[in-house]
Amino acid sequence: MAKKPLQFRLNGAEKAVFVDEGQNLLDVLRRGVGDLTPKYGCGQGACGTCTVLIDGEPQLSCLTLAETVDGRTVTTAGGLADGNRLHPLQTAFMENFAAQCGYCTPGMLMAAKALLDRNPSPSRQDVVEAIAGNICRCTGYEPIINAILEAARTHNSRQYG
Amino acid sequence: MPVRVETYDRLEDAARALAASRSARYLGGGTLVMRAVNEADQSFDTIIRVRDAALRDVRAESERVVIGAGVTMAAVIAHRDLAFLAPVARAVGGPAIRTMATVGGNLFAASPYGDFAAALLALGATVDVAGGAAGRGVAIEDFLRDRERNAGLLVRSVTVPRPRDPAAFRFLKVTRVKPKGVSVMSIAAWLPQSGGRVAGARIAYGAMGPAPVRAVHVERVLDGQPLDAATIERAAAVATEGLDPPTDALASSWYRRQVAGVHLKRLLTAERR
Repeated sequence: MAKKPLQFRLNGAEKAVFVDEGQNLLDVLRRGVGDLTPKYGCGQGACGTCTVLIDGEPQLSCLTLAETVDGRTVTTAGGLADGNRLHPLQTAFMENFAAQCGYCTPGMLMAAKALLDRNPSPSRQDVVEAIAGNICRCTGYEPIINAILEAARTHNSRQYG
Repeated sequence: MPVRVETYDRLEDAARALAASRSARYLGGGTLVMRAVNEADQSFDTIIRVRDAALRDVRAESERVVIGAGVTMAAVIAHRDLAFLAPVARAVGGPAIRTMATVGGNLFAASPYGDFAAALLALGATVDVAGGAAGRGVAIEDFLRDRERNAGLLVRSVTVPRPRDPAAFRFLKVTRVKPKGVSVMSIAAWLPQSGGRVAGARIAYGAMGPAPVRAVHVERVLDGQPLDAATIERAAAVATEGLDPPTDALASSWYRRQVAGVHLKRLLTAERR
């Protein structure tokens, strides 16, 4: 079966790869370009751990046909930190013990980033809604919600204060 | 992963290719078809997709709104003229699903999915297929009844009558997981009133059959009556008459029968949601 050329921007860097027909974006990210931050959970759209941003919008990479991101911008948890400087969300997750087994964490981070990019001062209810499609089977939702709220506060004070 | 992908610029070309093939699926937002690809579904070997931007158009007219099949749940929530459908779109999945899942795709979502299609059924939408004229499409109940056969048709848009009184449209999704989960059932109710009496009720359920279905016995009880406690009680008593709710991992047929009347009563009793 013929391979198809695919070009897209991943975390600020141009990528050019050949993909199989029918291959999903998650597979291309992990095996094609070596970004192991998005995880494969269910392959059905139920768990959310493969969540990435495509042109700024949260989407499930396991349900995205890879070739549809041609010419578009993909952001993963691997693109959050700036060198050794962690993103405020990562710092807040760390300080609030928001990761237990860690499997849901990349999806939670990207769902949270999508929220804060649009709404820098979310309510608790906004946060709950934003991560409604992300399942944490350690059921550590409270620390995750608290971490996202704290990231919003510290991020805002850094920007404006 | 032996799947071939065919990409078309024009809807008509894609519709022809889809109609000509017995082993092709049309790719909308991907939440149904890519899931099947991931599960190595052998019932299709070709994916057909279209780059036509017109599929994402929403055209509001005075009496109706034409919603492109490629309009996502997130776009429904964001669109001013679709405010009456926003609570329904919000009930679908989490934010990532909503930026992908489309109005057209929801028409083909097997139970227990398809809450949006249930709302369209209650509102009396029509389904416009490629090659046909908008608003002169197939009545949604006919479309859903023949859904398997219609899988070879490419849906271009759905045309929804604009509710003159938005409060006459009510929607409820019952899930066992908070804040979001898959439907035990969903209920969409269109309850126009005239002189204090219900006139032309349309009640639709999601997850109470293989596809969204109308509760015709409930409609018959409501029509011509004031929406009072006695009427609602009688409507709840026939909530599942003539229906055969499915048994799945979320709920048994028996359970769905037991709770349908309770949820219907709650929806009908609420003044405004």
